[in-house]
Amino acid sequence: MRNHFPLWKNTLISLILLLAVIYALPNFFGEDPSVQLSPLRGALLDQNLVATAEKALTAASLKPKAVELSDKRLLIRFEDTDAQLKASDTLGATFQDRYTVALNLAPATPDWLRRIGAGPMYLGLDLRGGVHFMMQVDMEAAIKQAEERYAEDIRSLLRDSKIHYGSVDRNNHVIQIKFQDSNTLGQAESTLKREVRGLVFDEEGLTLNGRMSDTEAREIRRLAVAQNVTTLRNRVNELGVAEPVIQQQGEDRIVVQLPGVQDTARAKEILGATATLEFRMVDTDHPTPTDETKTPIGSKLYKDRQGKPVLLQRKIIVTGDQIIDASSGLEQQSGSAAVFITLNGPGARKMADTTKENINKPMAVVYIENKNETKEIGGKKVTTKRTVEEVINIATIRDRFSKRFQISGLDGTDEARNLSLLLRSGALAAPVDIVEERTVGPSLGKENIAQGVRSFEIGFLLVALVVLFYYKVFGIVANITLLFNVALILAILSAMQATLTLPGIAGITLTVGMAVDANVLIYERIKEEIRNGASPQGAIYAGFDRAFATIWDSHVTNLIAAIMLFGIGSGPVKGFAVTLTIGIITSLFTAVSCTRMMVNFLYGQKRAAKLWI
Amino acid sequence: MSANTVTQRHYAIDFMKWRGIAVVASLALSVIAIGSLGIRGLNFAVDFTGGTVIEAGYQHPADLKAIRSELEAVGFSNPIVQNFGTTKDVLIRLAPIKQGENGMELRAQVMEALNKNLEDRPDIKRVEFVGPQVGDDLVEGSLIALLASTIFILIYVAWRFEYRFALGAILATLHDITMIVGLFSVFQLDFDLTVLAAVLTIMGYSLNDTIVVFDRVRENFRKIRRADTLDIINQSINETLSRTLMTSFLTFLTAMAMAIWGGEVLRNFGIALVIGIFVGTYSSIYVATALAYKLGVSRSDLLVPEKEGADDGRP
Repeated sequence: MRNHFPLWKNTLISLILLLAVIYALPNFFGEDPSVQLSPLRGALLDQNLVATAEKALTAASLKPKAVELSDKRLLIRFEDTDAQLKASDTLGATFQDRYTVALNLAPATPDWLRRIGAGPMYLGLDLRGGVHFMMQVDMEAAIKQAEERYAEDIRSLLRDSKIHYGSVDRNNHVIQIKFQDSNTLGQAESTLKREVRGLVFDEEGLTLNGRMSDTEAREIRRLAVAQNVTTLRNRVNELGVAEPVIQQQGEDRIVVQLPGVQDTARAKEILGATATLEFRMVDTDHPTPTDETKTPIGSKLYKDRQGKPVLLQRKIIVTGDQIIDASSGLEQQSGSAAVFITLNGPGARKMADTTKENINKPMAVVYIENKNETKEIGGKKVTTKRTVEEVINIATIRDRFSKRFQISGLDGTDEARNLSLLLRSGALAAPVDIVEERTVGPSLGKENIAQGVRSFEIGFLLVALVVLFYYKVFGIVANITLLFNVALILAILSAMQATLTLPGIAGITLTVGMAVDANVLIYERIKEEIRNGASPQGAIYAGFDRAFATIWDSHVTNLIAAIMLFGIGSGPVKGFAVTLTIGIITSLFTAVSCTRMMVNFLYGQKRAAKLWI
Repeated sequence: MSANTVTQRHYAIDFMKWRGIAVVASLALSVIAIGSLGIRGLNFAVDFTGGTVIEAGYQHPADLKAIRSELEAVGFSNPIVQNFGTTKDVLIRLAPIKQGENGMELRAQVMEALNKNLEDRPDIKRVEFVGPQVGDDLVEGSLIALLASTIFILIYVAWRFEYRFALGAILATLHDITMIVGLFSVFQLDFDLTVLAAVLTIMGYSLNDTIVVFDRVRENFRKIRRADTLDIINQSINETLSRTLMTSFLTFLTAMAMAIWGGEVLRNFGIALVIGIFVGTYSSIYVATALAYKLGVSRSDLLVPEKEGADDGRP
């Protein structure tokens, strides 16, 4: 009997192992201290920017190691952190307001690897230092706000339709509208059913009860989170963080991760800013002045998102809290992207009056963010309020506005969506609270990496030594298999762009101990077959063949437990669950096919060789 | 296939002879573990209870008393302040905030207390703040995960073998978990998320050894016609002993490496794994098989699936 794999099988296994090694490689090249520029408010990323940046750096006698322009950012690498910090200051002064300048540790993956799409894993916050926030969106408040808007909406609608009502009250998720007689109630019911979407009405004596429909409530919850995510993303951009993570977790939570950020107080201030909106008429009677001192009385100078000055009238038409709803969609006639806005009663009346007199004149939307900033001055903490105002849209009034109106002529659906989210976030952001915070200092991060890697190395070495001592030549095979298994895990994690955490490293370490079990099962079976008088070739064949069922069973039970770990769902355990799950699956492949291939190569052709096991 | 003779014993160690002692020992240890859980409870980390943990490094050996009184002055009741590693490193634990209190403000207060009144300003290495609701959610998620694992494993083993084996396996697994959690309770070690992860991992892992033994028991039941059930179990354990010990030992090595060299975060994780591997090896020999025996596993139970092939090659 001979143990032999067909050529295609050997080729396939070797190819997989080769790919594993190549894609695992980027994790061993370290990182370059670098500075990254990302555009703010539509600033351009082009060769001009590169030239300006290089000029500024040369003027400060700083030499970058490499300058890389991509469609999202300009990355400038440096030899050491000293140059990096100086460059960050220089560039920060040069590109103030137009680009965010952030310190970054860019992976120093060689070009040839990058060209085939290989890159290292991200390091989790516990390994590189930074802040992790988990925020909870107050859904109860979001629903309450929505109900209040509905109540206000109903009041003004009934008033406008000249239907007399007793009162409109909100009570335990029911909007109760009381009437004098059933006639008016019937009239009101048909009007409300026609005009107020999202509410379900039913009669109860002389009271009309309005309840939010399930779809509407779901939509409000969904939007409350989406809108907070957008607002947070806008604000994080301002923090100058290289690779922030902002994502929804579960139904009502948002996770914000800011690698490298140490100043949690500042981060929280920026994240916790509140925003409002104002609608103002553009001052078309005066030329737009170049600086603020020349602003005419009754007007105020603003900047739009591109930084261009805009002169607006001081008089505010409507503020954000009078917006009931803003959504993006397509305009019916032209099919172009538009934002649909609904105002409450008083807002609608003011808007109608103003627009009636200003047809064909431009109107602007101003976005205002209020932030608290705490700075230390002479050992004392001073909190100052800072307001950032910015014109986010200017549109020409085509007609007298009613309660509902639209802003059209937008650049595309993306812009429409952003604008509607901004309008909403300025108007009705559901409150968020930080429910979890983890801060890891950079020194602790380095310590964590060192300890994680050391325990892996020692664990691996101990296993390798014992296996080598106990199984001799087959031990060498097992150890090579183990190495390939680790390479395969790293390659898959890298290809997935997974984030490596300390528990993740622990998962890899533990996988080494578990993956070798498969080899042990095979080898022990081979030994047993030899004891029972089988020939070397027969023993190898039977060993692999008969151990497989047990290996399969053990992998399945391990996998069940590992997958259950996902159920706990929290960050650190997830990292462990991911590496463990991948490790269990890859070890099934390596233990069976990779070990077999090597054993075949060593012993497959010999007739009566003695097995060194 | 080797020809096993039936009349003579074919194994070196009579494991089943000691099963009475093993049962008593397991029961006694379980009683201690459960008793300790009832009386002392687990030293749950901030992950589960909610609250705040701050790790701070001072330039000089830190005055724990002063820090404690500073914190009390700002209004924190019973702050736990202890050294962590060296005398310069301090670990501060604050009770979970009450519902409605603002986490952000609380943190600011702590930082102020630490920064303002002490000459030696600490370097804040790590801050963990967990709101009470997050902790509650985690407890719920963990319990569901434990329960689901138990059920799935039960189903898998029952499907692969027979319900008596499945019961033996699952009781052995629960036995292992009780031991780990009990030890964490007796020594009041920090029970955090990573320890929970270790517990779940052990659930899957300790089952491996049990399955190796069960597989062999079944194989021998089919092969050896006239032997007594106890003999078959004994022989199976003996035959699989070297691989059971070897696999456990190798996994133990990596777990030990983490317990010793993995630093604060991985220490308790490693300890939980080490305990679990030890107990799991013991339980797959004694608890699982002894229980299956006690429940009356016999050859006839295993004859039904013979149509799959009497010698299906399972070790």
